[in-house]
Amino acid sequence: MTMHPVRRQRLILVLVLVTLSSAAVGFVTFAMRENMDYFYAPSAFAAGEVPVEKRIRAGGCVVPGSLQRADKNLEVQFVITDGEAELTVAFDKILPDLFAEGEAAVITGRLMPNGILRADQVLAKHDETYTPPEVAESMVSHKSCAGGAKI
Amino acid sequence: MAWQWFHRLGSPRWFYQKTGAWLPWLALASAVLLIVGSIWGLGFAPEDAKQGNSYRIIFVHVPAAFLALAGYYLMAVSGAIGLIWKMKLAFAVMRAAAPIGAVLTFIALFTGAIWGKPTWGAYWVWDARITSMLILLFLYIGVMALSQAVNREQVADRACALLALVGTVNIPIIYKSVDWWFTLHQPATLRLTEASSIDPSMFYPLLTVIIGFYCMYAWTLLTHTRTLLLRREIRTKWVQQVLTEGK
Amino acid sequence: MQFQFSSFADFLMMDGHGIYVWISYAVTFAALTALALYPWITRRRIQRELQRQQRIVQRRRKVTKERMAVVESA
Repeated sequence: MTMHPVRRQRLILVLVLVTLSSAAVGFVTFAMRENMDYFYAPSAFAAGEVPVEKRIRAGGCVVPGSLQRADKNLEVQFVITDGEAELTVAFDKILPDLFAEGEAAVITGRLMPNGILRADQVLAKHDETYTPPEVAESMVSHKSCAGGAKI
Repeated sequence: MAWQWFHRLGSPRWFYQKTGAWLPWLALASAVLLIVGSIWGLGFAPEDAKQGNSYRIIFVHVPAAFLALAGYYLMAVSGAIGLIWKMKLAFAVMRAAAPIGAVLTFIALFTGAIWGKPTWGAYWVWDARITSMLILLFLYIGVMALSQAVNREQVADRACALLALVGTVNIPIIYKSVDWWFTLHQPATLRLTEASSIDPSMFYPLLTVIIGFYCMYAWTLLTHTRTLLLRREIRTKWVQQVLTEGK
Repeated sequence: MQFQFSSFADFLMMDGHGIYVWISYAVTFAALTALALYPWITRRRIQRELQRQQRIVQRRRKVTKERMAVVESA
């Protein structure tokens, strides 16, 4: 394979450019990853690492059987877990369709002094599987957080 | 002279004449596949056990996102070929790929936002996957803007190619964002190396639409490139002949 | 394979998700159509531009020919 020296030079230049910019962006994204500390797992709440009354995000698997609805208003309470610790969440708006016990949820809100997370927003995280209802029913799938709340 | 065929490939006239015959077939294939796939996905694929009918958005969301990413590679590689071999045709392909990629990225973002509302509970989340897709849209728009802003064609070509190449960094980030960061966006459903986590009754319509989108992409890229070549080579005899004969 | 909805109204509603699904499809196909039409429109514009230029060139040629004729006859 012979290539004109000028063209080869240009090819090298292009490769260097792509490599350098990749490296730069790589470092930036790595730094961003370190800075994602405003997201906390329930065990961080248990360890007392979470600041009180500050807007933070939390996530975990909704513990089956923990969802409690008020009779009069939309107020709900549920417990999320990361397999190690549990955290109680209070919310007063409509939950998304895919919010379910045994599924992951992401909560934005403030930690109250009483240890309950008061949520402004609850988002449902769902998995990447798509199955028709009949197939889903035939699979033995009782709600549980045992599969590791993938968060 | 191993490189001679490559240079012949770079001739706009040769490209124009060669690709003309493929266009009707590509148009037919994409129309049939897109219509069949959409009707299949909308009406005949079973509903999802968890999401119900809202998951039917997958049949436009996933193919658009696929092509938005693949199209960026194509644009960047054409830019690189143009820079290294000074090939006019490669630059034309690169420029044609920018608006197409921008529209596909827009479709992926828009349908994703619509889909996010009933499933996650929010239209927009500053999630790593979604944010990196937004950056992809900006990169496409950047290439389009640069190609318009610079008057001298050769300078504009080179500037666009450089921007496109620098932007390739974003592509692996988009792919891996769901694994590297905590994201609301679920991991990939379709995988090459292991079994896909989608039921066959939903997978086949999805595959139909994806192939349809690929055909549509090829057709659109060819028609856009051909028009771009006509404009750029307007002074040549062959272009004037093509335009006056109305072929 | 079987149609999943009991009626056309059901198909449009999709259990309340219809609005999301239909808007997604409408926007997707509208965008793809715009993308498909764009080269066709540009091509016609280029064609018109070329015709205009060719007319200008022809008129100029005609004018110079007439002048030449005037000069020769004088």
